[in-house]
Amino acid sequence: MLTSSVRTGLRAPEAGRSNALHPGAWWVWALGLGTAASRTTNPLLLGLLVAVAGYVVAARRSEAPWARSYGAFVKLGLFVLGMRLVFAVFLGSPIPGSHTLFTLPDVDLPEWAEGVRIGGRVTAETLVFALYDGLKLATLLICVGAANALANPARLLKSLPGALYEAGVAVVVALTFAPQLIADLQRLRAARRLRGRPDRGVRGLLQVGLPVLEGALERSVALAAAMDARGYGRTAAVPPLVRHTTSVLTLGGLLGVCAGTYGLLAAEGAGFGLPVLLLGVVAALGGLRLGGRRSVRTRYRPDVWGVRAWLVSGSGVAVAALMIWFAATDPAALQPGVVPLVAPTLPLWPAACVLLGLLPAFAAPAPAPSSRTPRKEAG
Amino acid sequence: MIRFEDVSVTYDGAVEPTVAGVDLTVPEGELVLLVGPSGVGKSTLLGTVSGLVPHFTGGTLHGRVTVDGRDTRTHKPRELADVVGTVGQDPLSHFVTDTVEDELAYGMESLGLAPDVMRRRVEETLDLLGLADLRDRPIATLSGGQQQRVAIGSVLTPHPRVLVLDEPTSALDPAAAEEVLAVLQRLVHDLGTTVLMAEHRLERVVQYADQVLLLPAPGAAPVLGTPADIMALSPVHPPVVGLGRLAGWEPLPLTVRDARRRSGALRGQLSDSAPPLWAAGPPGAERVGTTPVAGHASQRASRWPTWLSKRRPAPSPTEQTPAETENLAVRRAHVQALHKVDLKLTPGETLALMGRNGAGKSTLLNTLVGMLEPSAGSVRVGGATPHRTAPQDLIRHVGLVPQEPRDLLYADTVAAECAAADQDAGAAPGACRALVGELLPGIADDTHPRDLSEGQRLTLALAVVLTAKPPLLLLDEPTRGLDYAAKARLVAHLRGLAEAGHAIVLATHDVELAAELAHRVVILADGEVVADGPTADVVVSSPSFAPQVTKILAPQKWLTVTQVEAALAETEGAK
Repeated sequence: MLTSSVRTGLRAPEAGRSNALHPGAWWVWALGLGTAASRTTNPLLLGLLVAVAGYVVAARRSEAPWARSYGAFVKLGLFVLGMRLVFAVFLGSPIPGSHTLFTLPDVDLPEWAEGVRIGGRVTAETLVFALYDGLKLATLLICVGAANALANPARLLKSLPGALYEAGVAVVVALTFAPQLIADLQRLRAARRLRGRPDRGVRGLLQVGLPVLEGALERSVALAAAMDARGYGRTAAVPPLVRHTTSVLTLGGLLGVCAGTYGLLAAEGAGFGLPVLLLGVVAALGGLRLGGRRSVRTRYRPDVWGVRAWLVSGSGVAVAALMIWFAATDPAALQPGVVPLVAPTLPLWPAACVLLGLLPAFAAPAPAPSSRTPRKEAG
Repeated sequence: MIRFEDVSVTYDGAVEPTVAGVDLTVPEGELVLLVGPSGVGKSTLLGTVSGLVPHFTGGTLHGRVTVDGRDTRTHKPRELADVVGTVGQDPLSHFVTDTVEDELAYGMESLGLAPDVMRRRVEETLDLLGLADLRDRPIATLSGGQQQRVAIGSVLTPHPRVLVLDEPTSALDPAAAEEVLAVLQRLVHDLGTTVLMAEHRLERVVQYADQVLLLPAPGAAPVLGTPADIMALSPVHPPVVGLGRLAGWEPLPLTVRDARRRSGALRGQLSDSAPPLWAAGPPGAERVGTTPVAGHASQRASRWPTWLSKRRPAPSPTEQTPAETENLAVRRAHVQALHKVDLKLTPGETLALMGRNGAGKSTLLNTLVGMLEPSAGSVRVGGATPHRTAPQDLIRHVGLVPQEPRDLLYADTVAAECAAADQDAGAAPGACRALVGELLPGIADDTHPRDLSEGQRLTLALAVVLTAKPPLLLLDEPTRGLDYAAKARLVAHLRGLAEAGHAIVLATHDVELAAELAHRVVILADGEVVADGPTADVVVSSPSFAPQVTKILAPQKWLTVTQVEAALAETEGAK
């Protein structure tokens, strides 16, 4: 009796507007997994990371249009992996190796292209190295894809500081416009059929391009009018002193950031680099904050960073931090040897800490059960 | 509330002002309806109230417009946003965010209202407009009526004192239109909002108006008056007014209810003459009663004359059934868009396809032109299977004028469009241009299709489609944005085509158009045929699909003012 009530109390609630997870939490979680992936080339650990990200996406993604982007990112990751292997085969790599798999005809290059090799010996070591490396990139991409699929981009942009609000709206409008543009393109392409022209092929696509752009332009003008009439761009009167301070802070801050970054990267400026960079960041943030005063805008039901957001982002940060620590203490397990070739083993503790990344699949609010939402057809 | 002082607007490059001599006051809490033929500057006049004209569109505004004491010359649209709410013709180009709730809050966020005020007003507005169940839905998945309500709600939340609406019900089915109008009436009655609205479909809105502002011609001074007074002299008027004028009723009734009360004498006069049962019906067709069609395919088929039967050996192309579907089902993205649809058309027959937004009308038309593939059942158009026929062959069997006729037009002059149409259809050069000359006299060769009015563009698309001489013609929502004059011209064209033996299918929300044109009405609901029969039989029994004349003269089965007029003339002649 007691256990069941505790269990229902702990079970993640159904996601709604009021308990929606802050989109920033998903990004922190995904970037944490990505950071972890960047610290290892162990294919077993990388595979585990992909599995963790995939499981969380499967358990917690909604039916919104952006949630479908995950598949695209997985495909992109596989493509990157494939490309890495192809390059390794044809261009070779600096990895010495003794296990020759096959030999491609060597292309003699002129002298000025010395150092570039096309064709030649392909060793198992080369391929394995490329595979590990490609897998790492693919895992990073898949982690970013997971964040894309789980976090609502519009809500994320709503969390921007007030001074950046107008830029944020521009991005949101662009995000909603892109699918409309594609729908227009499909509709017009289909309409070619009505004129007795083939509705497939590249030529058809090109011929409808201009009408589609015309339509998009007209729609954006109409939208701009509607936004203006709804008060977009209303500004509050700001005293000139504040306005000037804002400009000085923002510009000075950005300059400071540039100078500080240069100092950090260049060998001779290591001493002043960090303080200047920090000063610049503080000044720029102050400028943004003051700039926000010009905007009269308020926020409707902003996403709150609650306990569940802490759990989700914390699990990502924990995976990243532990992996960085393991990479420092036990590099051999995380970077399996290529020369000589050894079979990678699954290091127990790092694997266990990767599993921490599964926490969101239980902590984040569950999406509403798939409801049949009939798409409105034109009619 | 709104004061126009000798206002005229001249757009850049135009010789004559678009609207001129507007000098009037709209008092607080009134619903004022703006009427007039297309192109008289209704949208321009609406734009001057929100400040979009001239701040956004350019042009020169003479005179002065003040809204709640604010002069639009010195106040930009964004500074009027808290007093004026504007909803344009296309709700989709109005939305800034992606979900219903955010959209309702957007205007308030821009105005900087406190979060608790915003929350309260969003909840109130959700209830007021009946949107509570849709609050988390992405706007793109809503139906047309729902989108229109969200658009109205999104400008209501900042509590504007004036609401400006451009054709709010044109794209909606009758039920959704009534929903929107009920909301507007509630705003006017309960909240004292001033509403200024332009609308072509007067039969839907005129009874809600407190005053009517008539713009008789471009640049002519507008006339403001009570609805009855203005309707007596307006060139555009709904059928109820047409019937009232015909019968000489004084004062002119504006609602079906008023007209019914006075129609006793007229009904008596008409009782001797029977309404035409199937006016100008297709040759050789017999009357079919209102039967639910699903599952009765075999019985129905036997009712048709044998020369239409499929088993007839080697039918010649002209005599083939223009369209036939059997047990047709179509799925679109997990939604059963059509289910067990059996339809058969005869040459010369005009069929009106009706039903609420999203009932499957467009899907059926798209299936008939092969843009969608049936998931079950069969569809045949003039003996061909549309989705397996090459486009250049198919246009000889069937032509579709889509909802947005612009989708069909690619060229930048009328002449180029016609030349391309001749080539597509393999017709003699000049065939399409001759059709355009016939349907749309006085259009110059070098006009850009975009510069044509809505009605002219529709007619050009119709001419392009007709160039291939398809025996079956489909029109998707052809009267959207058309004024009564343009609609009358369209009706005349289509009648001529039907008499020439074309079978015509209209998917429409416009019950008056269906009454004027259709021999037969099919009502779809959730992808199924729920009624199929002669127009008079189907529409008389339906409260939302009955035209006004039918409602007034029920139980007699009259459909249009023209029918009544002809019958009256006949009885006069007999005397």
